[in-house]
Amino acid sequence: MTGAPPTLSLRGATKRFGGLVAVNALDFDVAEHEVMGLIGPNGSGKSTTLNLISGALGCTAGTIALRGVPIHRLAPQDIARRGVARTFQLVRLLPSMSVLDNVRAGAVFGHRRRWGDDAEAQAMRMLELVGLGRRAQAPVGQLTYIDTKRVELARALAGDPKVLLLDEWLAGLNPTELQEGIALIRRLRDEGRTIVLVEHVMDAIRSLCDRCVVMSSGTKIAEGTPQQVLADPEVIRAYLGDDDA
Amino acid sequence: MIRSGGTSLALTALVLALAALLPLAGSPYWQSIGISIAMFAVLTTSWALFSGPTHYISLATAAFFGVGSYTTGMGIELLPYWCLPPIAGVLGAAMAALVGLATLRLSGVYFVIFTLGLAELVRQIIIWFQNFSGQKGLYVLTKITEAQIYWQLLGLAALVYLAGWAIGRSRLGFALRIIGDDEQVARHSGINTARAKVALFMISGAAAAVVGAILAPRYVYIEPATAFTPMLSFQVVIMALLGGTGRLWGPVVGVIPFTFLWEAISSSFPNQTTLLLGVCFLVIVYVLPRGFVGLIEAVRRRVAAREGVA
Ligand SMILES: Nc1ncnc2c1ncn2[C@@H]1O[C@H](COP(=O)(O)OP(=O)(O)OP(=O)(O)O)[C@@H](O)[C@H]1O
Ligand SMILES: [Mg+2]
Repeated sequence: MTGAPPTLSLRGATKRFGGLVAVNALDFDVAEHEVMGLIGPNGSGKSTTLNLISGALGCTAGTIALRGVPIHRLAPQDIARRGVARTFQLVRLLPSMSVLDNVRAGAVFGHRRRWGDDAEAQAMRMLELVGLGRRAQAPVGQLTYIDTKRVELARALAGDPKVLLLDEWLAGLNPTELQEGIALIRRLRDEGRTIVLVEHVMDAIRSLCDRCVVMSSGTKIAEGTPQQVLADPEVIRAYLGDDDA
Repeated sequence: MIRSGGTSLALTALVLALAALLPLAGSPYWQSIGISIAMFAVLTTSWALFSGPTHYISLATAAFFGVGSYTTGMGIELLPYWCLPPIAGVLGAAMAALVGLATLRLSGVYFVIFTLGLAELVRQIIIWFQNFSGQKGLYVLTKITEAQIYWQLLGLAALVYLAGWAIGRSRLGFALRIIGDDEQVARHSGINTARAKVALFMISGAAAAVVGAILAPRYVYIEPATAFTPMLSFQVVIMALLGGTGRLWGPVVGVIPFTFLWEAISSSFPNQTTLLLGVCFLVIVYVLPRGFVGLIEAVRRRVAAREGVA
């Protein structure tokens, strides 16, 4: 550990919905260039954690810092401008626009703001990166499911974010698409991007993540390399239920 | 989406220049129709600048218009006329900013109701003040002619079109299209959605207030009930929807036929205007949900598809 603050750091991050504690005093750090897996059973609070980081939801308690600067009181647009970009568990595209304009949205308003030809070139680069260079002019309504996910990823990448939050980006893909998807995220990883990855696909977690945080009922129950956490009896119990432990 | 700007600007300038010749015809009837069309062209186009992309239906037109009328009505004794429309514009923008900051975070329904209430609120405030002064209304006596009013409105229309054209090519215009598609995505892409919406609402509020200021001399005598009539807000919404809000030129396509229709309705059935306004609204929403613009584009697409097949 050097003196520089981690890219992303959560301390005691908590979210309550009425009586339900969806995220309970969560602590973890994500270092620069690190791919952090956020895993856990359904309803364990993974999406809510991403919502806290991106500002979609406010923290009930605790702090979240980006390179040492607190961001947990900021509005989503301010967090995005400071360099946190995300995709949504249920893909959200801009339905009236072309693929290119969807991605241009990220290039024009994201962390690093561009305009005109510069923004368009950046959007095209991102489309090439996700393998959609040829569909730039297509309306988004014509895309296949994996292509909608690619567009959303390209939009998130287009602002050169410091941290990328992916909420089950690989979910719902067929086996061939899954291999392409994993390869794509590996490429982002090799580019040195800092990523928080919510994922259920174990292959992806093993091959992509440097470290994992495991959540269960809103609480962190394990943290470490994928091998370590997936061998942890408590993690196995959380996933399979108490009977199997 | 970004269209070749030069031609559409030149075309708009040409149409406005031709329209400016109307007073030379010397017909009071056509002069009066011309004023109505120019007035509603400005009101609907500026309304659609905001409501088109954001889908927030504003019924505040009457509030801004009335504030503009009263700016001229009260200011004419104190200041030369030419500085009153700009003052009205500033007041309209300021009022829009306040209302926008207070309500644009709310969902669409609350916004509609609030803006409808706004005209009534301002009207009541003016009536309340008038109780102190003992006046019922204001006389606006000037030497301004109908033709001069008409030309001012055309000038304002030119400004509104220019503003709309510039916004359409700017980051602000792009931000509004994104907001209209998905506000959540807009925010998470780094767009300050409240600021963008307030900025556009200020432009439409300013334009409506200037229209009120320009038209006040025409009415000679203004009182709260006429200056703040909610009918105006509804007419603007109906005409804009009839034309279509997807394009800058859309609303005026609705204004022209509706002005003639309205002329006929109010001379034939002067006591049923509100009822017939409601009927027009329902018919438009059912028959032409995307207005004439939507119709024209559907026809164009069909023709293009047929040519593609052939
Ligand atoms: N806006 C909300 N209001 C109330 N409760 C919510 C809200 N969002 C999430 N929850 C609840 O919080 C808990 C955690 O939900 P979350 O979506 O974060 O889980 P998750 O780990 O992403 O699950 P999944 O793997 O199914 O996506 C769930 O019990 C959920 O019902
Ligand atoms: Mg989830």
